[in-house]
Amino acid sequence: QGLLRRSVSHSFLSYASTTGACRAIQKLTRVRVVDNSALGNTPYHRPPKCIHVYNKTGVGKVGDTILLAIKGEKKKALIVGHKMPGPTMTPRFDSNNVVLIEDNGNPIGTRIKTPIPYILRQREGEFSKILAIARNFV
Amino acid sequence: CRASGDEKPAKFQPPPKPVIIDKQKQRAERRFLSPEFIPPRGRTDPLKYYMERKDMIQRRRVFNIPEFYVGSVLAVTTADPYANNKSNRFVGICIQRGGKGLGATFVLRNVIEDQGVEVCYELYSPRIQAIEVLKLEKRLDDNLMYLRDALPEYSTFDVNMKPVSHLDHEEIPVNKLQVRMKPKPWSKRWERPKYNIKGIKFELPEIKMKEAQKWSQPWLEFDMLREYDTSKIEEKIWKEVNEGLKK
Repeated sequence: QGLLRRSVSHSFLSYASTTGACRAIQKLTRVRVVDNSALGNTPYHRPPKCIHVYNKTGVGKVGDTILLAIKGEKKKALIVGHKMPGPTMTPRFDSNNVVLIEDNGNPIGTRIKTPIPYILRQREGEFSKILAIARNFV
Repeated sequence: CRASGDEKPAKFQPPPKPVIIDKQKQRAERRFLSPEFIPPRGRTDPLKYYMERKDMIQRRRVFNIPEFYVGSVLAVTTADPYANNKSNRFVGICIQRGGKGLGATFVLRNVIEDQGVEVCYELYSPRIQAIEVLKLEKRLDDNLMYLRDALPEYSTFDVNMKPVSHLDHEEIPVNKLQVRMKPKPWSKRWERPKYNIKGIKFELPEIKMKEAQKWSQPWLEFDMLREYDTSKIEEKIWKEVNEGLKK
């Protein structure tokens, strides 16, 4: 929500919308923190928002690090799922999911209940600790 | 039988032969041609579609793609290099079947741990190892994208659900379920007549429903240029596919 969308529906069966960079994670996207860290789960009057994407393009996909503004603090996070449809056979989630991370790559929470895509296993070296706390895979 | 009172004895009438209804023959009467075989309307050379169909038949000979519709629950096992045991099983309801020819896709949706997940699979991809139909049924619409804005209980399916048996000669059951939606805003304005959705129980006020009818285009059903009669094409392709699969 809150991102521009142009709908292309020439036939009644194409319900997809085509846009530039959208539904993936970019600056000012509201994200959902899925681990059980205190910072991610305590309620605050503003939702956590992305303020920077560590990428050549400003668009974050699964496996990219972003900077998050939560509860008035800056925290790094790893994207584990977004609403944008990706390559076929990869899952598309109904919410933009993110796992809070320290600067050295260690996750802050201890459990991740929501399903994580298997694609993250490709970079086992960087994400081994996050994959270790994940419970379900898709 | 004749009343006894006739003077001449009636000629012996043999009893009528019993009519055996062969259920197997009845099964052959129900034809299902997968929608990706039907070529789209256009000016491309039919040779291209013929070659694609040959490849599709070749793949179907090796790997069984079962009959399913939008609204049936499927379990798909794919080969994934990054999954443990190298294979990945996903169970979900088919919400959309798109694409023609070898690029035909279908999207499965499920809600796992309160998180809605959708995966788009290609029917003819060599990475797919098995497709099982757990529940074969149709729904009132061809496209169930509105399930994204419906209450999550309508998209949750048990990952370990047992396949519901379906007899061959019976007709495919149509599930006339009317789905209840989350409060607006939705991703698309499903109440508008352009989507022509019958499977939602709209709990909107009458004023909103009338306002949505403003966008109706009643002339579209009479537009002759939009008609695409596929019956003859389907007959030809059905024969072709059957001969190809029998070899």
